[in-house]
Amino acid sequence: MLKDVTLGQYFPGDTVVHRLDPRTKIVLLVVYIVALFQASGWWSYALLLAATAAVMLLGHIRAKNIFKGLKPMLFIIVFTALLNMFYTPGRPVVEGWIITWEGIERSVQMILRIVLLIAGTFLLTYTTSPIALTDGLERLMSPLKRIGVPVHEMTLMMSMALRFIPTLIEETDKIMSAQRSRGADFETGNLIRRAKALLPILVPLFVSAFRRADELAVAMESRCYHGGEGRTRMKQMKLQSIDAFAFALGVLFLAAIIVMRRFHL
Amino acid sequence: MPELRVEALTHVYSAGTPFEKTAIENISLTIPQGQMVGVLGHTGSGKSTFIQHLNALLRPSSGAVYYDGKDVNATKHSRREVKAQVGLVFQYPEYQLFEETVFRDIAFGPKNQGLDGSALEARVREAAAFVGVDETLFERSPLELSGGQKRRVAIAGVIAMRPGVLVLDEPTAGLDPAGCRQILDNIQSYREKTGSTVILVSHNMDDAARMCERLIVFDHGHIAMDGTPEEVFARPEEMSAISLSVPHAAALAMALRRKGVPLPGAIYTHEQLLDALLRIEGVGAC
Amino acid sequence: MTVIQFEQVHFTYPGEPRESLAGVDLSIESGSFVAVLGHNGSGKSTLAKHMNAILTPTEGRVLVHGIDTADADRLLEVRRKVGMVFQNPDNQIVANVVEDDVAFAPENLGVPPEEIRRRVDEALRQVEMYEFRQHAPHLLSGGQKQRVAIAGVIAMQPEIIVLDEPTAMLDPQGRREVIDTIRRLCREKGMTVVLITHHMDECVGADRLVVMSEGRVVADGSPAAVFSEVELMEREGLSVPETTRLLYDLRAAGLDLPLDALETNACAEVIAAHIQSVCGE
Repeated sequence: MLKDVTLGQYFPGDTVVHRLDPRTKIVLLVVYIVALFQASGWWSYALLLAATAAVMLLGHIRAKNIFKGLKPMLFIIVFTALLNMFYTPGRPVVEGWIITWEGIERSVQMILRIVLLIAGTFLLTYTTSPIALTDGLERLMSPLKRIGVPVHEMTLMMSMALRFIPTLIEETDKIMSAQRSRGADFETGNLIRRAKALLPILVPLFVSAFRRADELAVAMESRCYHGGEGRTRMKQMKLQSIDAFAFALGVLFLAAIIVMRRFHL
Repeated sequence: MPELRVEALTHVYSAGTPFEKTAIENISLTIPQGQMVGVLGHTGSGKSTFIQHLNALLRPSSGAVYYDGKDVNATKHSRREVKAQVGLVFQYPEYQLFEETVFRDIAFGPKNQGLDGSALEARVREAAAFVGVDETLFERSPLELSGGQKRRVAIAGVIAMRPGVLVLDEPTAGLDPAGCRQILDNIQSYREKTGSTVILVSHNMDDAARMCERLIVFDHGHIAMDGTPEEVFARPEEMSAISLSVPHAAALAMALRRKGVPLPGAIYTHEQLLDALLRIEGVGAC
Repeated sequence: MTVIQFEQVHFTYPGEPRESLAGVDLSIESGSFVAVLGHNGSGKSTLAKHMNAILTPTEGRVLVHGIDTADADRLLEVRRKVGMVFQNPDNQIVANVVEDDVAFAPENLGVPPEEIRRRVDEALRQVEMYEFRQHAPHLLSGGQKQRVAIAGVIAMQPEIIVLDEPTAMLDPQGRREVIDTIRRLCREKGMTVVLITHHMDECVGADRLVVMSEGRVVADGSPAAVFSEVELMEREGLSVPETTRLLYDLRAAGLDLPLDALETNACAEVIAAHIQSVCGE
């Protein structure tokens, strides 16, 4: 059943990490990613790993959940690792082999880099509700409004997409059951047959999505929606001292990584 | 005669997860061929889960469903076969229409059964006639039709598979009184002409009282009541205890009895109430 | 005081041969609960959409508090005064969290944040959904979603709420919740309510019942008076409550009974009294 798919990766909670302003968290993620790409030696990776683990502990996020999210990326991780292993010049592990010590080192670091990158992103989405995330993005990007970027519209679309994903999943489920009751077969046959079998699902789904969009537009206009101009927000975001503290920590962290890079640590 | 038999049927959603929920538990019943059955119960009582087992859309967590003596879940083949034998019309079935023309949409089910050519055409015509979909509409797009017409085309799409059992989940939801009446009349005459079993899931007690010979009331995944409309609507307190109402005529009859009007026990349709009142000695004559 | 005034309103949808509104004159009084009944295609939904300028007349005019709804410059003023609740509860909830959705209209109107908070909390309390304020809308029942939609409109502080078949997609429980909420808003808060429906049961408690057919108003009066016109209602493809139906058939059988006892108990009362008077001894 499609219903069982967990969407929206948010794990509600009331930890320090959850309470941080979404803007702080987004900025810190960027800092973290920059640091990740500055890391050059084992000590830097150790520091990154420690920082990630610390945030996981503080945010009550279990390693299991991070690994679960890594699964779909497994192929890319293995592929990059192999590529690095075989194509890095250096001292061969065994005389005549193509695999070098440098290659092994690079590929392990590569794996670490990708895993940490994904883990960092998950930590953000696991501890921040989608709506806080879009709100944070809107506010962070609001200076771009001045150069004509439709920030408000973009983030509104994002949050509405999030709002309607569960509704559309439920609807897909219903349509599939209805067509299955009429003898539709989605499981057997070759690729083309199966693709064709999707038509009875996709057509009604599109029809209904358009109807929904239409009705939603009327409902929004009825509630005086007229674009982002002059809008206020009920929930104000205020940076707390804890945000400043987290931010300072982030900067310190990045500085440390950069310094370590100079010493190839 | 094929009958529909349900034995100790239990369904648990998301078993083994924190969201585990038992939707129906240990349901056993037999529905003989040709019976007109009403299934009642508030939202979440398990009746939707129950009907999705009748054509093997869901697999039982335990227990079994038999149609014509055969376990519908026995093989992949039987799971497919039962979908044509037990036709299931979902709520708001018009949302499942997808073909370019009305004809092709009604033909989708029988085509999946392997029919084609003139046999297929005959099936479509027959099904359309049952629900009053005019043949002049055959080449129109289903999307152009009115709400009531769409609903009838969708029902025709299930009837076209010639199911021995027709299950309808709230076929009148969202329609105006005239549209409701038309659909219910169509269903009634379909049953009379074909002798199929009809299982009607409804929130409308008046419709259930008028149309069904047997009512099955679900509550919290169990069968709370199972009997004739007389038997079920004679227990209004039990009905309201599981937040269901009784037909308007039954409620009115109760109010009249409270005011001292001598009425017999089994009254749940307008005709019965009118008849009983006029039979009270003196009233008809006055 | 008149809140909404229709003056000889005609409306035809583009590309349609028939008029959907064929000359409607109607005025809605402040503080009243008006039910509009009609079969599908009678024009009742088109009528509703004229009340907050989703549609504007092709002929004639609609005034909301004296403002012509065709005046594009005053569109927001009209919409702020007339709140709309629609049929499908899913397709009018914008946000991922109940309270954020209720805040949508006041946010659009530029209301200060603390004031929005106050209005949102109050609106949610009025529809008895306050404890669900942090919930995701898609996990609510149909009746709960519709109550959130009503709260979203109340938070705009309109003078009138128009509900366009708000119960058509709900189960009996949800219908009861929504109708009870509407009644309470009207009776306790003095809100003006226009309820578009095809369920005659929902009209019983209204102050006034308007019946639409073929784009025209064919009956207008108290529910008891309108339902008494049994032949007219049947001709319009509508039914009448079981109470009226029974009284009508008893009269046809020669009993001298009034037709306007709408509530179950009132109806039982008049029948019982009649039976006792004629055959009591």
